[in-house]
Amino acid sequence: MTQVLIPTSLPELWSALREQPSAHLYAGGTDLLVKRRAGLLDPAILIHLGRIDALRGVTADDDGLRLGAGCTHRELLEDAQVRAVLPVLTQALQTLGSPPIRAMGTLGGNLCTASPAGDTLPPLYVLDAEVELWSAGGERRLLLRDFILGPGRTALQSGEILAAVRVRRAPHGSVQHFEKVGLRNALACSLVSLAALVQTNPAGRVKHAAFAWGSVGPTVIRVPEVERHLIGQPLSLSVLSEAAVLARRAVAPIDDLRADADYRRQVAGNLLLRLAETGSAPER
Amino acid sequence: MKIHLILNGTPREMKVAPDRRVVDLLREDLGLTGVKEGCGSGECGTCTILVDGEARLSCLLLAAQLDGCRLTTIEGLAQDGRLHPVQQAFIDQGAVQCGYCTPGMILAAVDLLNRQPHPTREAIRVALSGNLCRCTGYQMIVDAVETAARRMREGEDA
Repeated sequence: MTQVLIPTSLPELWSALREQPSAHLYAGGTDLLVKRRAGLLDPAILIHLGRIDALRGVTADDDGLRLGAGCTHRELLEDAQVRAVLPVLTQALQTLGSPPIRAMGTLGGNLCTASPAGDTLPPLYVLDAEVELWSAGGERRLLLRDFILGPGRTALQSGEILAAVRVRRAPHGSVQHFEKVGLRNALACSLVSLAALVQTNPAGRVKHAAFAWGSVGPTVIRVPEVERHLIGQPLSLSVLSEAAVLARRAVAPIDDLRADADYRRQVAGNLLLRLAETGSAPER
Repeated sequence: MKIHLILNGTPREMKVAPDRRVVDLLREDLGLTGVKEGCGSGECGTCTILVDGEARLSCLLLAAQLDGCRLTTIEGLAQDGRLHPVQQAFIDQGAVQCGYCTPGMILAAVDLLNRQPHPTREAIRVALSGNLCRCTGYQMIVDAVETAARRMREGEDA
């Protein structure tokens, strides 16, 4: 039998982690309990993080937003500040799992699971999000892209938890865009996803571009040559088609039961073309 | 461990294995077999219950997490011998075929209508998108939720 500890405060959590350093942590349970059921892990001790208020809530300051790792996907979707400031994250959350999964699963869980198909990862990569890691001894911050080390692997150390995600405001008039291709509309694991953050000048030429692809490599992939290629260019179909070639060359997808690598490579480029529709009309 | 909860309106104190899945606790230990298990991995919605009034998947909850919660299963939805308007609308619209997804569908719809009394058809589809009906009887299910929403609003006006 697995022991289940449910701390209701940080001091209780730190003492539980001190006494049970090998415990597995979970919040929504939408990933860990599935793996446990499938026999992929059999933890002797589980610590449930769902009742620690300090891990919840969204706060805003001049720089941007701080998203508590314990926020459920639904809480973030319903948050007016997240919708206003981080539309690319909102678009991704709308495609994540299903309503009950969004009501149970948390942002922190999605990041710590570190799946290359995790839907919140590409948006937070293009936004250069930082994670706050807390332990009994203090706090440290890392860029999200340095926090994620590989499929299912993060920089979390023993006794440490992901407490929050910090995201700066994108420059005014930036285009934020997310699209995911799956096998169906709801409850779909992404075959390929793309998050984009593009800033253009008044003439419609690209000043800054950030793209992050999900499900086409061991972690989320950014392709600097694609971002560089677009600088100074309009978001036209021909320019984006050139960028798509570079993107297809750079991604590293695998064959699995949902799709083969060639298909994923093709779609990874195709998803860029959507910006000719959605990216051409920023606020001027 | 000992947990306290309110189950279908009745306060209970129960001794449970903390890692017992809630779907097993409800079905096997308490005989509430209206809670169905489909996939066991959060992808089908048949095991939906209401926890503190909101739809949750009982296959992805552990017994220890229920301490202090208010649970409603399909067995607890009728009040004073009268079906909930969503249950009645499912009957009236023929929204039940094999019936296996029905308890989960109904509870997901109750959650929706509690939060959003005037849903569009599209909002109903989205709200039920985590609940699979393998008989594919979705049209009548959406009709039933629309009907229930209308009746609940009219009931409040009356």
